[in-house]
Amino acid sequence: MAYKIVKSQCTACAACEPECPNNAIREKDGTFIIKPEKCTECIGYFDDPQCVAVCPVENTCIIDAACPRYQATA
Amino acid sequence: MRQAIDVSIGGVQEMKPLDKVMQKMAEHKGCGMSAGSGKASCGSAAGQGDLAPEVWEKVKNHPCYSEEAHHHYARMHVAVAPSCNMQCNYCNRKYDCANESRPGVVSEKLTPQQAVRKVLAVASAIPQMTVLGIAGPGDPLANPEKTFKTFELISKVAPDIKLCLSTNGLALPDHVDTIKNLNVDHVTITINMIDPEVGAEIYPWIFYKHRRIKGREAAKILAERQLQGLDMLTERGILCKVNSVMIPGINDRHLVDVNKAVKSRGAFLHNIMPLISSPEHGTVFGLTGQRGPSAQELKGLQDSCEGQMNMMRHCRQCRADAVGLLGEDRSAEFTTEKIMEMDVNYDADTRKAYQQMVEQERRSKVAARQGGLSQVTGETSDIRVLVAVATQGLGRINEHFGHAREFQVYELSTGGAKFVGHRRVDLYCRGGYGEKDSLPTVIRAINDCHAVFVAKIGGCPRGELIQAGIEPVDRYAHEFIEQSAIAWFKGYLDRVKRAEIRHTARGDADIRQGAYVVA
Ligand code: SF4
Ligand code: SF4
Ligand code: SF4
Repeated sequence: MAYKIVKSQCTACAACEPECPNNAIREKDGTFIIKPEKCTECIGYFDDPQCVAVCPVENTCIIDAACPRYQATA
Repeated sequence: MRQAIDVSIGGVQEMKPLDKVMQKMAEHKGCGMSAGSGKASCGSAAGQGDLAPEVWEKVKNHPCYSEEAHHHYARMHVAVAPSCNMQCNYCNRKYDCANESRPGVVSEKLTPQQAVRKVLAVASAIPQMTVLGIAGPGDPLANPEKTFKTFELISKVAPDIKLCLSTNGLALPDHVDTIKNLNVDHVTITINMIDPEVGAEIYPWIFYKHRRIKGREAAKILAERQLQGLDMLTERGILCKVNSVMIPGINDRHLVDVNKAVKSRGAFLHNIMPLISSPEHGTVFGLTGQRGPSAQELKGLQDSCEGQMNMMRHCRQCRADAVGLLGEDRSAEFTTEKIMEMDVNYDADTRKAYQQMVEQERRSKVAARQGGLSQVTGETSDIRVLVAVATQGLGRINEHFGHAREFQVYELSTGGAKFVGHRRVDLYCRGGYGEKDSLPTVIRAINDCHAVFVAKIGGCPRGELIQAGIEPVDRYAHEFIEQSAIAWFKGYLDRVKRAEIRHTARGDADIRQGAYVVA
């Protein structure tokens, strides 16, 4: 499962973008989005998902149940 | 950067006499353009206080800090820094950083290139614009690339403009050398506590070293980083001001300790601002009903810190993209859309000539003012009163009561006239029509004052002021504030002595809540 950003809550502060170790976050149409295929949930990099930890609005960066869980590629 | 700036060196800009510019600003602003009057503790000629000589040298004529200069010089902020690395309970991150801006205000975000274009456009239109600040809308040092890129570009194209930045201090120690290398003139750090117990009630979390840290631990790290950053800056000779937000019941008494801590580390100014919180801002404090201080509580705290160091009382918590003299905001003239169309003509020589003229005007004012200060000598009295002044700046009583968007407040005693703050009010009179409803709010805002000095006042508000016990005074229209106030005060003491009037203390006053957005 990757993380996703709840569009209606995002303030477009851009705090998450530089924190992502996988460059999975970018701006689109005035808010920020996560590319699910790039998101590793920060596993292998940090204990906490960085976008969640830095985002000023609670429950804005959340698990996207629709995306298959990230698998470390062999 | 090249294509974005696109400066046209064209026709020589006509130099406008100061009055005309002032008038233009006044028209634009609907008259709310009065500027503050400097550091309160420097109300006397011996303003140096306990500052080191080399610091005093820098501060003395500084457009932001000298007690006269910021009537005459303008500054601007550009909003290039949207991110923040922590959370404050008085901040709702939908809006600008509440440390440096009025809560509930949104600034137009700019790229560094757009910011440079804006600075040049403003500097050409307002030749006394000499200071550029980055204060948000988030924390400038949580956006180091954007912040430093902007400074770097500006220092190339407009080296005469002083640079400043404001920060929550969490990332400060990491960037001190860059700040020094870019020749940043002064840094403001918002420090609300040095005790983690207190901090835990103000800051729910920080983002530090890739972790979200909460509670006491977060506050401890923050306080350490802030004080370390302050130490590092003053060691390198960079001017440092400290802002604190006064939160009654949480850090009000503690701020006296903060004052000592920052003073001992070389901060040259400590600016205590009132908490502004209302439920509609959606901040934690807004929702928990945490109140801000009253005018008297704020002044009491400022007074108790005053012996310690220079206090700044002219801070208006202006917005992150503000443009203009302190206390006024012309940002609506300089939106991205408008500056892209503007014919920018950045002419360093015109600016210099203009600034020299401003400097002359300023000196004549300083001289005139010093002439008036000795007037109460020979009198001894314990009486102290506050008076409100309607002014458009230049140190004169030159605003109509009904046009005033704010009043400057002076404390009068036999020791002289001392600027102690300003009160923002809603415009009482719009376009010449007195609006009945707003008069009571104006009166509440200056309710602790014995008199209000104005250039002019209508019959109806005059009557209501008198009824509220505030004497409207218009006989010093267009004269210098301090001299007039002292002359009036002398008369007041005489009247008390002759038992014509009885001196009574006045009540407390309101600090206006809510965002300051220029209509
Ligand atoms: S940190 Fe949160 S609010 Fe800011 S851009 Fe990212 S998702 Fe949006
Ligand atoms: S969870 Fe980590 S990898 Fe995924 S988007 Fe957020 S910061 Fe990037
Ligand atoms: S530092 Fe400023 S932007 Fe960041 S949370 Fe505090 S008030 Fe808001």
